[in-house]
Amino acid sequence: MPARRQILRLVTLAQDFACCTLSPHASKAAQFAIIFHRREIPQWPQRSVTVALALAGSGVGMYPRSFAYHRAKSYPDAVSLLGELGEDAKFLAGGQSLIPLMKLRLSTPAHLVDLNFIPGTSYIRSNGVLRFGALTRHSEIASSADAALLPILHDCAAGIADPQVRHMGTIAGSIAEADPTGDWAPVLLATGATVKTLGPNGGRNIQIEDFIRDAYTTVLEAAELITEIEVPLRAERSGGAYIALKRCAPVYASASVAVQLTMNDGHSCKDARVYLGVLGLTATRVNAAEEVLHNQAITPERIAKVCEAVMAAAEPTADMRGSADYKRHAAGALARLAVEAALKRARGERVEVAHLYA
Amino acid sequence: MPEGIPRVRVTVRVNGKQYARDVEPRTLLVQFLREELSLTGTHIGCDTSYCGACTVLLNGESVKSCTVFAFQSDGGEVLTVEGLAKDGKLHPLQQAFSDCHGFQCGYCTPGFLMSSIQLLEEHPHPTESDIRKGIAGNTCRCTGYQNIFKAIRAAAGQGAEIGD
Repeated sequence: MPARRQILRLVTLAQDFACCTLSPHASKAAQFAIIFHRREIPQWPQRSVTVALALAGSGVGMYPRSFAYHRAKSYPDAVSLLGELGEDAKFLAGGQSLIPLMKLRLSTPAHLVDLNFIPGTSYIRSNGVLRFGALTRHSEIASSADAALLPILHDCAAGIADPQVRHMGTIAGSIAEADPTGDWAPVLLATGATVKTLGPNGGRNIQIEDFIRDAYTTVLEAAELITEIEVPLRAERSGGAYIALKRCAPVYASASVAVQLTMNDGHSCKDARVYLGVLGLTATRVNAAEEVLHNQAITPERIAKVCEAVMAAAEPTADMRGSADYKRHAAGALARLAVEAALKRARGERVEVAHLYA
Repeated sequence: MPEGIPRVRVTVRVNGKQYARDVEPRTLLVQFLREELSLTGTHIGCDTSYCGACTVLLNGESVKSCTVFAFQSDGGEVLTVEGLAKDGKLHPLQQAFSDCHGFQCGYCTPGFLMSSIQLLEEHPHPTESDIRKGIAGNTCRCTGYQNIFKAIRAAAGQGAEIGD
């Protein structure tokens, strides 16, 4: 099995490839290949990269493999349909990652079970906690006053890809895919979300940190789907922020940081959650950064230490988006911006946060 | 198409006209529009959800039609670039793109128009930042966007929303 370092290197090579072809999903294709490689199915990388290159470079229309269509009427219906259809079937939510993967022939399901026509799957409810229906689109979250109760959620939803993708893509689809470069994972980790699922053996409530196991890997079992994502509303004097660095809107981020702070008073921090996105195989909790702030006043010196801890936790590799050093520094800079914005919000200030595009 | 895979019925209102077609499940919305309905104004650019040339409005919201299956539009409403001009008169936004020369080669212009329509729906008087964010899914790799910004600003507040 290749060393972690080699895998990360391969992932970023895939990103290089994506930069060449201007195809964000071709990079994902190659990433997929690497994950399969890691699971010791060695014929995958070569084949996938070749296929992705041929398809993305050819400029011809890309058709997914033929599949049979099944429209689910309810979640239990969807679960039993997928159970009957077996391993060659997949759920379709917004499709903003699955469809490109199918067009690149990296995912070739024989059956799709469409969740989009199940009534009552898209909602945002606030009643002590925030509840998001599985098929709630990013755009709905971005424009929701309820979701804005936790500004970090708005930072995330409003900054995913571009308006077109946000209109289709869903919060649960994003988490179920567990793409290491996805935006929702660091944010839902920082806010302590719970994932509610339904499978052949009934429902489960799973803490988000137990839900994502590895790149593209969750604890979801066959025929199990996400029904709802629950995010606890924070106490007073709590504030969070999520900031990513992206080359442009539709591509995956180069680095991202999510911070949620809860203060004892205006100066002393009671609790901090700091997660680094993109620069690892999953979103990474930066314990060392959290410890710097725990029960301490947030001073410029401590913020500098948080940045150092985030930089130390990053596992960047060089690619066309920048050198490893550049990405490490970017992670540190994002951490500084995120802590500063989170602190202001925890103190009750309204702060607009936007991703950096460079 | 392999034997035994049933077609899926897609019933959709496109530019105000009702259509029903039985298509292969794997048919993408852009192929449905171009090949089934012969509405070739919607262009395929990158075909990987990057460039936005294929943008249409699905139930009033911009989507990249190369990354939506036709069946996802079933029972819904689609607006394409062909639905903008009324009675032989260009939509104000189309006129503004023409007046300001808001294109480079013009291939991706249908997508820019549809994203701009969405933008002006949400922000009738957009700031520079609103414009940049609103068309961020279309500014892909070439240059010459200044005239597009100019066209959107010119059309803003002149009734460039849908239906006017």
